[in-house]
Amino acid sequence: MTRQDSLPKDSHVYSETTEQLLRELVAHLRQSRTQLREEWARRITEARVLTAMTKEEIFAEATSVYDNYVEALETGTFEALQAYARNLSERIIPRGVETHEVVGIVLLLRDVLARSLFAKYRDDFEKLNRILDAYEPAANRIANTVAVGFVQERERVIRQQQEAIRELSTPVLQVRERLLILPIIGLIDPQRARQLTEQLLRGIRTNRAKVVVIDITGVAAMDATVANHLVQTVEASRLLGATVIVTGLSPEIAQTLVNIGVDLGKMNTVGDLQGGIEQAERLLGYKVRPLAETA
Amino acid sequence: MEVPILKQGDFLIATIQAALTDADLMQLRSALVHQVVRVRSMAVIVDVTALDVMDSFATRTLREIAHMIRLRGAETVIVGIQPEVAMSMVQLGLTLEGVTTCLDLEEGLVYLNQKKAKSTG
Amino acid sequence: MPEELSLPIKSDADIVVARQKGRALATDLGFSTTDATLIATAISELARNIVSYARAGQIALKAVMRGSTRGIMVTATDQGPGISNVSQAMQDGFSTSGSLGLGLPGVRRLADEFQIDSKAWEGTKVVFKKWNV
Repeated sequence: MTRQDSLPKDSHVYSETTEQLLRELVAHLRQSRTQLREEWARRITEARVLTAMTKEEIFAEATSVYDNYVEALETGTFEALQAYARNLSERIIPRGVETHEVVGIVLLLRDVLARSLFAKYRDDFEKLNRILDAYEPAANRIANTVAVGFVQERERVIRQQQEAIRELSTPVLQVRERLLILPIIGLIDPQRARQLTEQLLRGIRTNRAKVVVIDITGVAAMDATVANHLVQTVEASRLLGATVIVTGLSPEIAQTLVNIGVDLGKMNTVGDLQGGIEQAERLLGYKVRPLAETA
Repeated sequence: MEVPILKQGDFLIATIQAALTDADLMQLRSALVHQVVRVRSMAVIVDVTALDVMDSFATRTLREIAHMIRLRGAETVIVGIQPEVAMSMVQLGLTLEGVTTCLDLEEGLVYLNQKKAKSTG
Repeated sequence: MPEELSLPIKSDADIVVARQKGRALATDLGFSTTDATLIATAISELARNIVSYARAGQIALKAVMRGSTRGIMVTATDQGPGISNVSQAMQDGFSTSGSLGLGLPGVRRLADEFQIDSKAWEGTKVVFKKWNV
């Protein structure tokens, strides 16, 4: 048997050897598929990851992952693996599977396969070294591809959810003709504040609103930045011909506004939402009579 | 390009186009001031619906127009500021404080007619 | 779309051209209508400063990238009299003459990155960037 390390380090020859080794490796992995896959599934359960999934589900996914893994090793191409990783992520993210779990199981598979190589080639240390030289870069790239695919999918989902929450929590409601109500709930970051103002201004234009009641009772925290955004929203609304009434102003928030130089005398404020709506109706010329009178 | 000024009853309506230069704006200022006196208008409506950018010069000049018109006994109403323009203005700190603003020409006329009714009724 | 667009600024008609081209580039780069308006307004301010104070200069518009994020870079240069006290000019409400404000504090507020270099008698250079996030 020729000693490989006496050959010149010709990249062409080297990569051909790598290819042969990988082929041998893949053949072994296919041959031992059943027991290696079971071993892997067992270690997943031992490590107590993927607790969100049942044993049957884990085994089913393990089978697909195993086959895709071996195929990536065989073809040396990763597009199919990337597509599979995205697909897998789309399925398991709604189940609550987390990044560390996905990275964990891929690394477990890498270990299970490596151990089986140690066992198979334990009598030929040099061959084992060469097999590992071929296996390791490919295995690491696979782990990377799957992990990155999962993380990207997760980030995409989170962005979508944030957008949906923003949309939901800044509804511009038309209560009466020419009157809009904007209840603001929760934390306001600059991005959300801008979206809020844009939505309101478009609402003013669409509904031809003359009065807007902005209720900030539910606002989680009001610092100078958020207060500034509120002032800007009031001013921008006025430029579109709408009067703004701000309701739900706590003493703390009033103080913040004064601190940033807002003249509260110029800002239309009312204690609570109900009072704000009543004042809005007065401004619009509505007269609200109790039902008893109209009987 | 000269800004067209139309007479509608007691009011003058100036409609601004998008490509408004500084010179156009200043020409509008003097034209409005002269017309208001000449035809004895009660009010001037400046329609900026087509204006896609309102910078510090435009803002200042509109405020000056309102001030000069007021000195001649008439009111100015700015109408048609677009949502994006309004957002840019407030973020840049440009205000039209002291100047009446309405959503569009229709609202501007409603506002002025209501005022007229109140003062003559 | 050329790599960099350089616009001569001499008359107030050039101010209009600069802000129209600025808006067009911003829209091409995927900025929202609101952001495109902000950018066009900032360009209008810078162009006006050139016409008012330096009589002539140029505005360069460039598409820039930071990783996978697109953005716009606007450079306004002139060889005018310069601003002798830049920090004073950057304060809100400051203007050298009654009717003409510099608008620079507002431009800085709009921008994600902002830099101004000005020396008396040597001219002024203002660079601002806005990213499309």
